[in-house]
Amino acid sequence: MDITEYIKLVFTDYTLRTITLGTAILGAVTGMLGSFAVLRKQSLLGDAISHAALPGIAIAFLITGAKDSNVLLLGALVSGLIGTFWIKGIISKTHLKSDTALGLILSLFFGFGMLLLTFIQKQPNANQAGLDKYLFGQAATLVESDVWLMAIVTGACLFVLLLFWKEFKILLFDADYTKTLGFNTKFIDVLITTFIVLAIVLGLQTVGVVLMSAMLLAPAAAARQWTNSLSVMVFLAAIFGAFSGVFGTAISASQNNLSTGPVIVLVAGIFVLVSFIFSPNRGLLFKQLRFIKNRRDLELQKTLSFMFHIAETHENISHPHTIKILNNFQGFTKGTLQKLVEKNYVKLDGTMWSLTDEGFKTASNLYNQQTSNNE
Amino acid sequence: MSNAQIEIQLIASLVAIACAIPGTFLVLRKMAMISDAISHSILPGIVIGFFITQDLNSPLLILLAALTGIITVVLVEYIQKTGLVKEDTAIGLVFPILFSIGVIMIAKNANDVHLDVDAVLLGELAFAPFDRLIIAGLDVGPKSLWIIGSILIITIGLLLAFFKELKVSTFDAGLSAALGFSPAVIHYGLMTVSSVTTVGAFDAVGAILVVALMIAPAATAYLLTNELKRMLIYAICFGVFSAIAGYWLAHVLDASIAGSITTMLGLLFLVVYLFAPRKGIIAVMYREKQQRTEVSLLTFLLHLKNHSEERERHVNHLNEHINWQKVRSKTVLDLALKNNMIQFDKNIVSLTEKGEQFTSQAIDYIITNQDNKIEHMKDDFFLFRG
Repeated sequence: MDITEYIKLVFTDYTLRTITLGTAILGAVTGMLGSFAVLRKQSLLGDAISHAALPGIAIAFLITGAKDSNVLLLGALVSGLIGTFWIKGIISKTHLKSDTALGLILSLFFGFGMLLLTFIQKQPNANQAGLDKYLFGQAATLVESDVWLMAIVTGACLFVLLLFWKEFKILLFDADYTKTLGFNTKFIDVLITTFIVLAIVLGLQTVGVVLMSAMLLAPAAAARQWTNSLSVMVFLAAIFGAFSGVFGTAISASQNNLSTGPVIVLVAGIFVLVSFIFSPNRGLLFKQLRFIKNRRDLELQKTLSFMFHIAETHENISHPHTIKILNNFQGFTKGTLQKLVEKNYVKLDGTMWSLTDEGFKTASNLYNQQTSNNE
Repeated sequence: MSNAQIEIQLIASLVAIACAIPGTFLVLRKMAMISDAISHSILPGIVIGFFITQDLNSPLLILLAALTGIITVVLVEYIQKTGLVKEDTAIGLVFPILFSIGVIMIAKNANDVHLDVDAVLLGELAFAPFDRLIIAGLDVGPKSLWIIGSILIITIGLLLAFFKELKVSTFDAGLSAALGFSPAVIHYGLMTVSSVTTVGAFDAVGAILVVALMIAPAATAYLLTNELKRMLIYAICFGVFSAIAGYWLAHVLDASIAGSITTMLGLLFLVVYLFAPRKGIIAVMYREKQQRTEVSLLTFLLHLKNHSEERERHVNHLNEHINWQKVRSKTVLDLALKNNMIQFDKNIVSLTEKGEQFTSQAIDYIITNQDNKIEHMKDDFFLFRG
């Protein structure tokens, strides 16, 4: 299937359109809220919440006996919230650390959920098939009403985000200061946590319990590399998330036997990888380049200052010296000499060199004054 | 009990012990989530190993999968070292991506692979006794029993051999480096043991529930004791208890054994979390409440000590001045009266001799922060303990 054909299909085919739209919205909302999770150092909370949601789905099904996805998601929301607040309780009331609390709630809730799911499977009720799609997610089961639900939640989330933007931001970076300003930090905290739980629960149907945490983290971690501003980061994370959704759906739709969830996660992972390497300020590639450049500059300066110390002993600073005397100085190469000539610090004349006035001035100021760094 | 039932319980107990040992150290080293990451990211290793060996129980597969586990740890540490993201984000990024690769590898080869993700994640203990190890035509028991048994023996051997090193490097990495045991070697050793245990246990209890068996018994034990040896023993006991109780729960409910074991672990943790004598939630809340009352008491006594005028010590004035709720004032007053620290004289409150003494000692302590002066007060008051 070529690309134009696929794009045409996205607009005409009901299933494909729904799934593409659904995963795009999901990616956007998780990316947006994920930024907060990442910055609050609660990255693994997403993983714990998504696992903790499982028993809620099972219990909701046991109570209602119906497979209405909204009811099941409500159950997931409640159980996710219970898990989250229990984690917070364990961290604040006992000496167990956050990682233990997360791992504990994650595995215990998930295990309990599995118990309930297997229990349900043994029940004489033909309706139960398909509950396990929440384990790994099945984007193909998305219908228009699910997408509407996602859109509404995203809208609500966006609204609250804009309304409490200042509060969220200040809580994120300085919780104690927020408290002294008189904001109700507990309320803000609960609000943002609730929305994170909500976003996770929405994603369960599409990417499943196990991979949900990556949906939350990957776009945000990628966005973090490009900017230091919260608003830009949230915006970028939403875009990255949405594109992971769209590309992931496209790739999995064009191949046989590819479930959407893992592909979306991999696409998001590629976004992260690219950001880690190529982002201009924090990226590994440019960091390495800057490192090499700094080292070269340092060598250049070392040679220059060595020359300066030789020239200093003569009355006439432009007194020529032979290049040979530089040879046993470490850091000297033909290249650095050439560079110094290019910068007009040094004049070459056959096998002799001499400092120019400019070179002498720069060298004498090298270590006691910051010369302009923009070379 | 049939033979198969005994074997299942034996396997479950051995898995529980094998998990509890590295789990205790993971919890103490604040690396509990690493076990979750490992349990997910071994999937591609298992799949590749399965393609090569076509046998879920072959030692090669276990080694390959354990290698993936170690790669996960190395990757997480590398990403963390770049400083681009925090450690928890690094963990959260690495394992879902490796897991996705595993899922996709399974999906692409679904037709010719007898392996599905559910089996890897959830395991099925009930089938374990049917996969027998046959040596020279002799049936020597279920394969997984042998696998987990050998892992357990190696783990216990390592634990006994390196207990001292593990202990020192867990609680004081700097000291351990100074004494000449490299914390890095111990760290990777522990990671290797955790990976191997996770892989060895996955087809019995499933990858995710290994996490429960690693963290939950250790966390429960940690609420009960502060001593490493005791914590290990408690964790092992909790693990084995949950394994056996979980089996019978599953038997009654006709549900997943692994799920029931986790549920038992959860219940056990909940009980200890609520009722542990010193660190349980009820004990903590009681202590906090008591401390709050005692702070109030101290404030109250200080107020009395500072004001010799009768007007300041009149009950009505105190009501207004300190502005406590009724219940609170009553508890504080009761406590003070019970300890003979105040006396009433026509609605005028004044300190008794004992109260005077107590207050000045308390002030002394607050100012100098010297413990020895208040030794005798510790028995009566939470505030001055710890």
